[in-house]
Amino acid sequence: MASEIRNYTLNFGPQHPAAHGVLRLVLELDGEVVERADPHIGLLHRATEKLAETKTYIQSLPYMDRLDYVSMMSNEHAYCMAIERLLGLDVPLRAQYIRVMFDEITRILNHLMWIGSHGLDCGAMTIFLYAFREREDLMDCYEAVSGARMHAAYYRPGGVYRDLPEEMPKYQASKVRNAAAIKRLNENREGSLLDFIDDFTKRFPGYVDEYETLLTDNRIWKQRTVGIGVVTPERAKALGFTGAMLRGSGIEWDIRKKQPYEVYDKLDFDIPVGKNGDCYDRYLVRVEEMRQSNHIIKQCVQWLRANPGPVITENHKVAAPSRVGMKTNMEELIHHFKLFTEGMHVPEGEAYAAVEHPKGEFGIYMISDGANKPYRLKIRAPGYVHLSALDEMSRGHMLSDVVAIIGTQDIVFGEVDR
Amino acid sequence: MAKTLNQLIEDIQRVLGAERINSLKTRLDEVTLEVPAAKFIEAATLLRDDPALRFEACVDLCGVDYSAYRDGLWEGLRFASVAHLLSYTHNIRLRLRVFCTDDDFPVLPSLIDIWPGVNWFERESFDLYGIIYQGHPDLRRLLTDYGFVGHPFRKDFPVSGYVEMRYDPEQARVIYQPVTIDPRENTPRIIREENYGGV
Repeated sequence: MASEIRNYTLNFGPQHPAAHGVLRLVLELDGEVVERADPHIGLLHRATEKLAETKTYIQSLPYMDRLDYVSMMSNEHAYCMAIERLLGLDVPLRAQYIRVMFDEITRILNHLMWIGSHGLDCGAMTIFLYAFREREDLMDCYEAVSGARMHAAYYRPGGVYRDLPEEMPKYQASKVRNAAAIKRLNENREGSLLDFIDDFTKRFPGYVDEYETLLTDNRIWKQRTVGIGVVTPERAKALGFTGAMLRGSGIEWDIRKKQPYEVYDKLDFDIPVGKNGDCYDRYLVRVEEMRQSNHIIKQCVQWLRANPGPVITENHKVAAPSRVGMKTNMEELIHHFKLFTEGMHVPEGEAYAAVEHPKGEFGIYMISDGANKPYRLKIRAPGYVHLSALDEMSRGHMLSDVVAIIGTQDIVFGEVDR
Repeated sequence: MAKTLNQLIEDIQRVLGAERINSLKTRLDEVTLEVPAAKFIEAATLLRDDPALRFEACVDLCGVDYSAYRDGLWEGLRFASVAHLLSYTHNIRLRLRVFCTDDDFPVLPSLIDIWPGVNWFERESFDLYGIIYQGHPDLRRLLTDYGFVGHPFRKDFPVSGYVEMRYDPEQARVIYQPVTIDPRENTPRIIREENYGGV
C-alpha cells in the first residue's frame, strides 16, 4: 500500500538563531528538499528613509549606523559621499585616508562577524570564539575615535568628526584582574591609536591563518559548503549581486578598483575572485579580502603617520567651526547656531553614491529640493538584493543547506529591512 | 571610466531614437534618462541588449512621490520610478526615470523580465508608494505589517502613521488602535530663496 506523500510547509523564524536576525522564511518542502523559499521581511522595518525626510542632514547620519549594524562606518560613508557630491564639496586628503582606513577596519569587523556566525550555523563552534577575539580589538579602535563601540557617527559630510586620538583607551584594574594582568593587556595600548592599529595589522595575518587552519581544509566545512548555492556569473549579474556574492561567481568587479572613490586608486591591493560560485568559493573570497584589507590598513597607517593636516572641511556652512572659534568669533558663532538649529542646505539635484561595502554595493540615492532636509533618500542595501535571490539559490537543496546559504549571503536585517 | 559620459549620451540618442527619450541630462557626472511610460519596456530592453550600452544589471529601483517637491511647486506627474543601471562591460552607470501617467492610479510595466533582480525593488515600491508594476508575478507587500493599509512613503502619509499597536491586558491580546501621539517637528523644513542674504 502506497502511503500518501505530502509536501510540508515549514515556518522558519522569525526567532531562529540561524536566521541572522528577524527573518521569517516559509519553506515548502518535499521531504527534506526545498521546493520554494518565501522570505518574509520587514519585521525590523523602521522607515529610515521616511524618517530621514523629516530630519536635517546631520540628524539622519546616526541612522546610517543602525542600518547594517556590523559595518557601521561604511554606511555612513555612502551617506556622506552623496551629500558631498550634491554640495560639490572636497574632503581633505587626511580625512580620505582616515575614511579608507576605517572602511577597511569595518570590512574586517564585518567579515569576522560573518565567518564566526557562518561557521556556527554550519557546526563549527571554535571559529566564532576566535573571530570575536579580534573583533574586540577593532571595536576598541572605533571607541578610540568616536567614543562608541558600534554606532560611531564618525564620518561627517566634509570629512570626519575629529582627528585620530593620541591615546588608546586602556583596561582599568578591577576585582577580577590584578595589576600584572592589566599591564599585559595594555601592552599594545601605550602608544597612539595608529600604533595600536599598526600592531594589529602585524598580528592579524597570523590570526587569519588560524581561521584557515580551522576551516579551509576541514572536511565537514567542505561538505557543508562545496557545491551549495551555486550561482552562475550570468545569473549573478542579472540578479544584481554585488560584492563577494558576485566575485565568488568569478566576476572581477569591485567599486574600489573600477570606480575608485576617496584614495583607493593610490593604494595597492588585489581583488580575489572565485571560480565555482558556491558557498566555499565565497568563503575563500572573503578570507582573502580580510588579508587585502589588512594590507590597505597598513598603507594608510604609514601615510597618516607622515602627513598631519585638517580632517574636515573649512566650509562652516557644512561643518561646525571649532569650539574655541565659536566662543571667540561672532561669525563662527552664527555659523554654529545656524548649523545646529537649521542645518545645512543642499543644492537642488539628485545624486547616487555607492561604496564597496563589506557586503556588496551600498548606495545612497538622494534627491534634494534645496531644503535643509533630503526630499527623498533611498538606501540601496546589498543584503536586500541577495536575500531576494534566496528562493532561487536554495531550490532543490536540503533544508540544512538553506542555513548555509543564508550564512553565505551575509545577511544583516538592519539593512535588509531598513 | 571606460566610456565617457558624452559618448554614453551619443550612444543612447543613437540607439533609442528621439521618440523613446523624454529627456537626457548630465549633472554631477551622472547621466539621467527619462523615458515615456509607454516605451519603457522597449527602451529598457535596448539599454540592456545593445552592444554599445550593455546595462547588464539594475542595481537599484525605487519609487518617488514628487507631490511635495519644493513645498508644492511641482507641476509634473506625481509618481516616478527611478532605476539605477550598471554596465559591467563599459563600467558606467545610468539613471533611468519614468513617470506614471495617472496620478490616482499609478501603473508601470514591470522590468522583471529584463532584470530579474528588480523583483523585491518593485514589491517595495508597490508597498511604499502604491505603484503597480504590471507583469510582476508576485506583487505582494514586503516591508510593512501583515494587513497594513495605505502606502506609507507617500508624502500625504503622516510619519506617525494612523494606527498603533499595544498589548491589551483585558482582552489578553495585541490590539490596534488609532495613534495617540501628535506629530511633532523639531526642526522645520526650510527652502531658502536663491541668493538669500546676498550670498
